[in-house]
Amino acid sequence: MLAIRRLEKNGPPRPAEIEGFLGAHEFPLIEGRTVTFAFQGEADEVHLRHWIYGLGSTQAFERISGTNLWYLVFEIPEESRVEYKLEVVIGDQHRLIRDPLNPNVARDPYGANSVVHAHGYEVPEWSFEHQDVRRGKLREHVIASDVFGDKRPVSVYLPARFRENRRYPLLVVHDGSDYIRFSRLKDTLDNLIERLEIPAMIVAFIDSPARLQEYAADDRHADFLNKELVPLLEETYPLVAEPSARGLLGASFGAIASLHAAWRNPGFFGRLLLQSGSFAFTDIGDHDRGPLFDPVVEFMNTFREDPGRPSEKLFQSCGTYESMIYYNRSMVPLFQSTGMDVRFVEARDGHNWENWRDRLREGLSWLFPGPLWMVYE
Amino acid sequence: MVTKAKTNPGGWNRIVLLGPQRRKPTLAEAVAEHIGPRGMLAAITAGWEEREDEDQELSDHLGGRVRNLRIHARVEQIFERDPKLFEAMQRRHHRLRYLQDLYRRRLGHMLDSAREFMRLEDPEDEGEKLLLDEQREDAMGAIRRLDEQHLAAIAGVHARFRENHRIPDRKSIVHHKEELRTILGDAAGLCIAGGHVAVLLNRVRLFDLLELWPDRPLFAWSAGAMILADRTVVFHDTPPQGPGNAEVLEVGLGAFHGVIPLPHARKRLKLDDPLRVKLFARRFAPHACIALDDETGVTWNGKRWIGRAGTEILTVDGTLDPARKR
Repeated sequence: MLAIRRLEKNGPPRPAEIEGFLGAHEFPLIEGRTVTFAFQGEADEVHLRHWIYGLGSTQAFERISGTNLWYLVFEIPEESRVEYKLEVVIGDQHRLIRDPLNPNVARDPYGANSVVHAHGYEVPEWSFEHQDVRRGKLREHVIASDVFGDKRPVSVYLPARFRENRRYPLLVVHDGSDYIRFSRLKDTLDNLIERLEIPAMIVAFIDSPARLQEYAADDRHADFLNKELVPLLEETYPLVAEPSARGLLGASFGAIASLHAAWRNPGFFGRLLLQSGSFAFTDIGDHDRGPLFDPVVEFMNTFREDPGRPSEKLFQSCGTYESMIYYNRSMVPLFQSTGMDVRFVEARDGHNWENWRDRLREGLSWLFPGPLWMVYE
Repeated sequence: MVTKAKTNPGGWNRIVLLGPQRRKPTLAEAVAEHIGPRGMLAAITAGWEEREDEDQELSDHLGGRVRNLRIHARVEQIFERDPKLFEAMQRRHHRLRYLQDLYRRRLGHMLDSAREFMRLEDPEDEGEKLLLDEQREDAMGAIRRLDEQHLAAIAGVHARFRENHRIPDRKSIVHHKEELRTILGDAAGLCIAGGHVAVLLNRVRLFDLLELWPDRPLFAWSAGAMILADRTVVFHDTPPQGPGNAEVLEVGLGAFHGVIPLPHARKRLKLDDPLRVKLFARRFAPHACIALDDETGVTWNGKRWIGRAGTEILTVDGTLDPARKR
């Protein structure tokens, strides 16, 4: 019997019993495949607000009558990771808050959400900062871009033990600051390089002042990557100037930007890591995703008609709880038909930075295998 | 005693294999024990590749008595002056990779089969248990035979390469060998560091370095220890990609027989998984598979192997046995 059912089986619990119940468990309470959310406080209604596609975006809590304890029970598949907020309604006031009983928080550029980890999910330890791991350094650059007619900041990651007399692969990361901050990409690079799971590599973290336009299959952005950024980096740093040692990483619109840049200059970027790509397309009629998606849909429709062979190897990931899953699944056979070596991975997660963090090891080590089997220091 | 006494083809009286030296170095202690405070120590750091000459830390640890043989740099020089040899080595490299790929394809199926038999519960009926044990042993035997065939094929590639390109007396190599012979003649001991195991092995082998080495103490750790064995086994139970099947990579230099050094074993192997440990130990038996982690090591004293405190050996029962303390 679930803990919440035991609490209420003899009628409304007394305040001390409620305190005991809340103190005795961590919340949300995971019992096998069942999760129990709890909220204690005065309210007219309490709802769970989440972003799981296919599940009503709001789930109502029940109140144990005669108490101020609210709860919601539902099934959650193993290894799921779900971000959420609570909506507390008092009169005509609706407040969205993080779960006061849950210390686990996932941050993103818009703030933070509470997060529940289902049975079997663990935050990957390779994303943590480890004291005994040699650290790479970030070197800041500002690049004058003729394409955009402005200056662009670029953070360049140089691996630990960087040497000028050695050549390195290059990875360019869209939304670079967010990948560092919310997906722990720098710590992940340090760890995976230290463990020899990926080679020592140079990583350029780029950001856009207008990502929803510039990452939406904008030719200027593709030209910026192909004609300005990478040539400049190849002049500045000891890079292996070969497609197999040149990669693009991006999530959501960043994945569109990556695919579009590779498609515009086929074979130049031999490695693509596309996470939760916003691969919206139409077979007939208009799309319903708003005007920001117009150029994306136009590009994807064109791409589907004439994909060429944009790259050599493509690692594609997507959460099963996000609406993009259907587009991503649809694109797999098309990507494969281009002759690219494609690996597609799904995870029980949503459209968020921690989902993208959790897939980095698998994606990076597949695209850029390290000398794990050969180096014993 | 870690393993039964084996013949030592180099005839050396002292081989010291140590665990990784980065975090908790024990090399200086071993050198003090086997050589004492005086005498130049020759060093090979070719496994560090382009960082070969960044040996200050090693030198400081050993009190400044190190002379680096610069094996990596010497081979780079040879490649520059003898492009035909470079091309030949590239061709050999591709051939060995192809051979490894073919071996890997067979090995995966064989290991799956051996694991499946090992996981099967023992039948209650004695006769059936005997039949299952026979199948288990046969599956293991097939893997051993494959490993041996693979070693023989690799040895064939090397033999043809040496003969076709007259490696022992090739002009571009010979004068380096003479220099190395002189340096090694003055050395009280030879230290071989880890790093990239294939780079290290190929570069050391080009000079037939062990033939130049007199009977003095030899210290090696990590990849350095691996290349001295009669076979070089690469291993990782939990790689981010692939099944994690240990592979015979190369014919080693054969400074000793009967021992397979496993540096960073605690990180690389699931030593708490009896089935994996058992499979590893049985596959390579009668070789002793020695876990070489921080502050561990084994020493060949001319008659037998002796383990440092804390050194462990993988057993055919799937457990770890401590090597005897000195």
